[in-house]
Amino acid sequence: MQRKLARQFFYDMTLARQFEQAAADQYMQGNIGGFLHLYPGEEAVAVGSLHAAEPGDYVVSTYREHVHAMVWGVSPSAVMAELFGRATGCSGGYGGSMHLYDVSRRFLGGYAIVGETFAIAAGVGYWLHLNDSTQIVLCYFGDGAANQGTFHETLNMAALWKLPVLFICENNHYQIGTEIHRHSAVPDIYRHASAYGIDGRHVDGMDVVAVHEATRAAVQHVRSGNGPYLIECETYRYRGHSMADSGAYRSALELAELRARDPLEIFRERALGQGWLNEADCQEVEKTVEGVVAEAVRFAAESPQPTDLGKDVYSEPLDLYGGRP
Amino acid sequence: MTRQRNDNVGIIGTARPAPELEVWQALNIALDRAMERDSGVFILGEDVGLFGGSYRVTQGLYAKYGEWRVRDTPISENSFVGIGVGAALAGGRPVVEIMTINFALLAMDSIINMAAKLRYMSGGQLQVPLVIRVPGGVAKQLGAQHSQRLEHTLVNVPGLRVVAPATPQDSYWQLSQAIVADDPIIVLEHELLYFAKGPFDPGAAPLPMHAAAVRREGRDVTLIAWHRMVALAMEAAAQLSTRGIDVEIIDLRSLRPIDLPLLRESVRKTRHAIVVEEDCRFGGVGAEIAATLGEVAHSDLASPVRRLAASDVPTPYNAELERASIPGTKSIIQAVEELTGPRTD
Repeated sequence: MQRKLARQFFYDMTLARQFEQAAADQYMQGNIGGFLHLYPGEEAVAVGSLHAAEPGDYVVSTYREHVHAMVWGVSPSAVMAELFGRATGCSGGYGGSMHLYDVSRRFLGGYAIVGETFAIAAGVGYWLHLNDSTQIVLCYFGDGAANQGTFHETLNMAALWKLPVLFICENNHYQIGTEIHRHSAVPDIYRHASAYGIDGRHVDGMDVVAVHEATRAAVQHVRSGNGPYLIECETYRYRGHSMADSGAYRSALELAELRARDPLEIFRERALGQGWLNEADCQEVEKTVEGVVAEAVRFAAESPQPTDLGKDVYSEPLDLYGGRP
Repeated sequence: MTRQRNDNVGIIGTARPAPELEVWQALNIALDRAMERDSGVFILGEDVGLFGGSYRVTQGLYAKYGEWRVRDTPISENSFVGIGVGAALAGGRPVVEIMTINFALLAMDSIINMAAKLRYMSGGQLQVPLVIRVPGGVAKQLGAQHSQRLEHTLVNVPGLRVVAPATPQDSYWQLSQAIVADDPIIVLEHELLYFAKGPFDPGAAPLPMHAAAVRREGRDVTLIAWHRMVALAMEAAAQLSTRGIDVEIIDLRSLRPIDLPLLRESVRKTRHAIVVEEDCRFGGVGAEIAATLGEVAHSDLASPVRRLAASDVPTPYNAELERASIPGTKSIIQAVEELTGPRTD
């Protein structure tokens, strides 16, 4: 593996871990409102998969998408400012944690209703196919979303029309508090692909290198016009579903077992062992990221509030009350 | 469906302009011209392609533009409307047909949670130039699950525009305008109007998409209607004129926004207004109009704005009961006479 890519993986996963911890802290201080869904434990999925795509590709993600946005190039400051609801946020303060967008990077959200990402991604894919584009769409979803009708409806259409969509399941084993064996008759999500004649595979979602390699092959498959592909990344979230959830439905033993396979630690050991990185590299990255995250919090806290309540509901102002005096 | 149709209409030709056309033909011409003009316009829906559309609206387009621009979809309403939203985000101008408004209930997440909100939630970065065409209304004994009017649901959604053309000319204008607009727009079509004939001039200067139109000038009372209720109001007005009651009729044409300045102008003259509504009475467009006119035109009104609307029941199958569940010419005449008193002069 190239040193440069190894450093990037380590940087992005470290940023993901530290940023989310800072977001949790800011939430506890009351600077972030609403729902906040954090990513610790799942870092290898976003980092490994997004680095296998090209910058011209599209990304559609879920409500647990801070890390996807940052790995895809949205600045940590713009993401933190959005969590703070500030005008400098990547959605101008109108979206919030679950609705991050950056059209210039083709980062299309940020969807807070489980299962919405499928059709959005397929629609973008339809448009790309219609225009003979070589761009593709990366579509993220959780294990719980595989039980929505839109998953099956969209897989059918994407397969039928050979749409350039790579479906990436972040199987963290829980739809909020319900473990996958209690919510899915077929808990191997990748096996659903075969019902629609799509290729699918399972990968260890705690191993960033494995995720990256699997995604590279899948990206190649999709970009070559072979239609959609489904990767199931088996991972785990350390925290509860959101800040409102203590995660008490999971045993301490389960959590400890999974934490022992921490994606950051696994990669760090491997990178040191293989000589991709040395101890000084790792310390340098951690220190740099500390500065970036601190700056993101400072930027967000000092940014102005949005003030225009009625803008961008429509492409032009719409007078519903006919000039009521 | 109200008329015998040819087999495989999708592969026979598109409609051609003529001085008089049926509504479906005007819609067909609007789609054809929009697709000719802009390669980003494409159609998605059930049986819109080879079949030519349940009401013939997409006839001939599949043969002319091919399967990628006239896409027959599986029965997956929420997802194919969502595909329309996604394609619109990426730069397309999809026109999605939902076979009937009743099926649109399966797609409400795509319509209300996504199409209507994405521009705002993204701080204005995204736009959703999506047209959703939906046949609806009470047709002929289709039963409760195929006879809904969902105006009251759709007009309450910030981010959506809702238009309701009743004539061939308006169908052509408003669909054409909706396709070039940059917002998600619901084009409500009435199942009993597809084969209604009317004058058609594609060269005429169009009314704005959200303008209402005075269909009949009168001095005694304003009837505010849309879709099929306009024709019934016109029939009622003809009969009332023989009894000396002079009715003004406004075809609303757009339900979000509503052309309130025109309504105000009319009631300033007539001092009475009745909203004639095929949708249920409770919490509907009529309620919105009555309340708003009450607020902004109180001094012009000699009596409160009245509503003549559908009964608040699921639509019955029985033909007599079905007829009784929505306004008809007779009930319109009765409502006007209750307001003005029968005249004998």
